[in-house]
Amino acid sequence: MSIFKSLVIKEALHIVRDRRTMVITLLMPVVLLLLFGFAISTEVNDVRIVAVVDRHNDLTRNILERLQVNEYFTFQGLTTAGEVEGLLRSGHTDAALLLRTDDGVLKSQIIIDASNTTSAQAATAYIQGVINNASSVSPVLTSTLYNPQMKSAYNFVPGILGMIFILICAIMTSVSIVREKETGTMNLLLVSPIRGSTIILGKLVPYFILSCAILAIMLLISYGVLGMPVSANIVNVILISLLYIILSLSIGLFVSTLADTQLTALIVSAVMFMLPVIMLSGMIFPIENMPRLLQYVSCIIPARWYIEAMRKLMVQQLGIDFIIQETVILISMTALLLLFSIRKFNSVK
Amino acid sequence: MNEAILLKDVTKRYGSLTALDKVSFSVHPGEMFGLIGPDGSGKSTIYRILATLSVPDEGEAEVCGLNTVRDYRHLRTRIGYMPEKFSLYPDLSVMENLRFFAALFGVSVRENFDLIAPIFGQLERFPNRRAGALSGGMKQKLALSCALIHRPEILLLDEPTTGVDTVSRSEFWDTLATLREKGITILVSTSYMDEANRCRRIAMINRGRILDTATPEALVASLGENLYNASATDMFRLLSELRKLPEVTDCYTFGATLHVVADKDFIPAQAEKRIRDAGLKDVRIWPAKGTIEDLFIRLTRNENS
Repeated sequence: MSIFKSLVIKEALHIVRDRRTMVITLLMPVVLLLLFGFAISTEVNDVRIVAVVDRHNDLTRNILERLQVNEYFTFQGLTTAGEVEGLLRSGHTDAALLLRTDDGVLKSQIIIDASNTTSAQAATAYIQGVINNASSVSPVLTSTLYNPQMKSAYNFVPGILGMIFILICAIMTSVSIVREKETGTMNLLLVSPIRGSTIILGKLVPYFILSCAILAIMLLISYGVLGMPVSANIVNVILISLLYIILSLSIGLFVSTLADTQLTALIVSAVMFMLPVIMLSGMIFPIENMPRLLQYVSCIIPARWYIEAMRKLMVQQLGIDFIIQETVILISMTALLLLFSIRKFNSVK
Repeated sequence: MNEAILLKDVTKRYGSLTALDKVSFSVHPGEMFGLIGPDGSGKSTIYRILATLSVPDEGEAEVCGLNTVRDYRHLRTRIGYMPEKFSLYPDLSVMENLRFFAALFGVSVRENFDLIAPIFGQLERFPNRRAGALSGGMKQKLALSCALIHRPEILLLDEPTTGVDTVSRSEFWDTLATLREKGITILVSTSYMDEANRCRRIAMINRGRILDTATPEALVASLGENLYNASATDMFRLLSELRKLPEVTDCYTFGATLHVVADKDFIPAQAEKRIRDAGLKDVRIWPAKGTIEDLFIRLTRNENS
């Protein structure tokens, strides 16, 4: 049996024997994807709304009808101006639409519970849309490109992939390498005649295979369950993801050269790589909304470029020539990290 | 004659700490050589250098006639290194550990099994048990088997018997004796005198310096020089009275008695009388056999004074 093969088998046994970690690694991506895909969304549904109308006419009737049939709203009926505040305060309704007709001109007022700003903003926009459509003075025609139903899942899939691979590749590999340092088995590997690069490769390959399996599961869910549009671009999606997996593995290797204990490795990977992925990569908060300084910081976060590239490929369905910048940045980051880590690893003495 | 292990003025520093200070000694082929010294004396650093894990700052070391820095790759197949902690993979089974270490050196378990068979015997009953679930003695046997599986010429054992019970310890040393008979050179470090006695020669190391290289018998004899046991009903007063005597250089409790280190003018009968005169009862002073603990106490006292 070749040395390399036994290294890989040994590492695979470590992964498989650690049942709990194994289950978490395989289940977590699925749960996260489904959570973000279905449960956590920035879409606003079932806004409870009451209306106050001082004088009914065709226009107000039209508006009320539209509210009743619109699936975003739960129309709770008419009320009086005096009761609106009470209903909002007691939490019996989310929004109130006040319609008043002065000299034949309709004046409308929206009162909304903005304790959750995101949903309040979305609901306000919906209500305005309903009024504009009904009054049909000059309706604004909006067309949402790439994601016509504004599904938030589309937005989250690249982000979750960006996060999962850091988690599995960076954290798991770094902890696994540092564990060998801690228990002293690394010394035994080092006194054997095999080369340092073989040791490293033997460590990385099993995690690479595991990541590929996870990538397959994630893509199946994205395309099959979440209904991302399927096209030939899948090949590009897989290629850029493989590049990102290799980059994450290099991060793991890099962390393992910095840390001496498993705990440090865990903390370094989590604080230096996990948190920025969530906060600064544009996964949840748009980069354009960040203060200038943080925008610069986000440039050195690998996940930012991966997520951008993935959005272009998966959501916008653009070809590979649109992600050249991102690809080049990701490749250079990988090269830099690998170069540094291997040099550091070989200078252990 | 070519030495199996040769260290020439090896110096190793970690920052401002000098771990090894011009260490020189040699081990003959087929010899069982002991390294004795208190914790932190530099034993493990010597092992790290010999196992090619560490590079000396000054001086050089040779194993099997191969330089540890220049010829490290060739050297690695010829030594078996067992670090202080039994470094095994706790989540792999007994056989998986053995097979993995065999594969690292490109050998199969079967071709060298005859060498480890006597050690591995007891482990064979549960080849599928995880290494982490083994007792200390069993772990030690497995670690030794893993270090031997590629049939090394030289075995480097760093405190192989720490954390192992007395029975397993003595079994382990019997095993080492058989290995030595097969022609394997063994460098072993220990802090137990009974173990040091089983080596052909020992080197004493303290604070990164080799103090002496001798046979265990010579060492014990030199330690027993001017060393006495003392006892009385009131041990505490005995201690303070003895310390007042001018010929006594050191006196400390040692088990149930006191050990007295004296210069050559010391006459036990005279000392006994003087202390009895001071009002103590049942005073007895008689020659003591030196132990390794006495050596360590002497070493640390010398440093402090």
